Amino acid sequence: MKDRFNLYRFASPATFYPLAGAMIPYFVAVSVVFGLAGLWLGMLVAPTDFQQGEGYRIIFIHVPASWMSMFIYLVMAFWAAIGLAFNTRLSGMMAQALAPTGALMAFLSLLTGALWGKPMWGAWWVWDARLTSELILLFLYIGYMALTAAIDDNRRSDKAGALLLLVGVVNIPIIYFSVKWWNTLHQGSSVNLAKSSMATTMLWGMLLMAMCFWMYSIAIAFMRVRTIMLERERNTEWVKAVLTGGEK
Amino acid sequence: MFKIITAVIGRDLKLAMRRQADIVSALFFFIIVVSLFPLGIGPEPDLLRKLAPGVLWVAALLATMLSLPRLFADDHRDGTLEQLALAPHPLGLVVTGKVIAHWLVSGLPLALVAPVLGIQFDLSADALIVLTFAILIGTPALSGIGAIGAALTLGLRGGGVLVSLLVLPLYIPVLIFGAGAVDATVTGLGGEGHLSLLAALTFASLGFAPWATAAALKIALE
Repeated sequence: MKDRFNLYRFASPATFYPLAGAMIPYFVAVSVVFGLAGLWLGMLVAPTDFQQGEGYRIIFIHVPASWMSMFIYLVMAFWAAIGLAFNTRLSGMMAQALAPTGALMAFLSLLTGALWGKPMWGAWWVWDARLTSELILLFLYIGYMALTAAIDDNRRSDKAGALLLLVGVVNIPIIYFSVKWWNTLHQGSSVNLAKSSMATTMLWGMLLMAMCFWMYSIAIAFMRVRTIMLERERNTEWVKAVLTGGEK
Repeated sequence: MFKIITAVIGRDLKLAMRRQADIVSALFFFIIVVSLFPLGIGPEPDLLRKLAPGVLWVAALLATMLSLPRLFADDHRDGTLEQLALAPHPLGLVVTGKVIAHWLVSGLPLALVAPVLGIQFDLSADALIVLTFAILIGTPALSGIGAIGAALTLGLRGGGVLVSLLVLPLYIPVLIFGAGAVDATVTGLGGEGHLSLLAALTFASLGFAPWATAAALKIALE
């Protein structure tokens, strides 16, 4: 009997459920550690910006949230492609589990951007390219969630959602550039690995916070995917075993 | 290949002609929405001239969307859609035909009344020509992209509202370049660049969207 390690083993909800459950505490712990380190570096160590004062420190939330909002959409599109190509059950569940977190990140990014924009630009909202495309990204998340929520049949909801994600991911560059040509007023990107225009401590604080957000997203997506699994597979033996035999 | 497309176009046009009220009501929706804006904003010609491209394009977006749910719903209800999916022709070609027919019924009339509505907004002759042309070449993209949304929401409760959530964000580039073309003409920059991009969007969406729509229809028909 061959019992070697096989990654595909975890493509089944019955085996992925306990694995995700076992991994969640680690991701939470790592997220907290990175978060505390990032906040310490960002709030206490990093120097005050000579132009923007203390107000700039909101970027330690704003930038990681914006990165995650874009990255999560790509991850969802990745799972969508896998799900459509190989007909795997888990990929649709992963995409649906990630969507609320992605929408939350897009919302956080808009909210912190508005809070930062008021003292810096003197306006809560300006119609520039990056803000507008972030708003459109939020709309795309909401459209995806509305579509998957409206379809009762799980198989169809996974596949229809996956198709919408792929259509969206093809359109994102088109939308981005059209909005960019339409209007640009935002300050240029200040994160550049070769020649960064900001202090090193700021960059590190931001990267630590990005790691914190990343780990948080994984942990929360795992929690959500576990709930989705239980709900969808409620008629199977393993769910009964999980629910009657105590935790995990 | 073209035979199946023309056959589907002919069939859909014939069906549409039997129910002209549908075409006319979408058209009047467009006219009414556009006419509401001056009532809400005020009659100053300078302000209206500035707003006209955006108002007309947003109204065109909404009017196109209004007729989207009917694109596949009737055929789905009486089983025609399943027969079309079973036919030996690729479903993408069938959808291409339906998209073109949808544009002839919903997009083309908009382009025909747009200059009249533009006069209401005191647009110059140049701007009127560009506006008509932009709506003429931009609305096929709306029909193409909208077909994806219509197929994804086929047979769902609340499909009409849902389709707007899915499709409107994807319409944004068309809106930007369509209204931008008229704007550029009014400000004297020339709208050729915008019109070229608009045509590019139309060709891209007519080329690719039917196949995504066909995939969505197959998911819905499973």
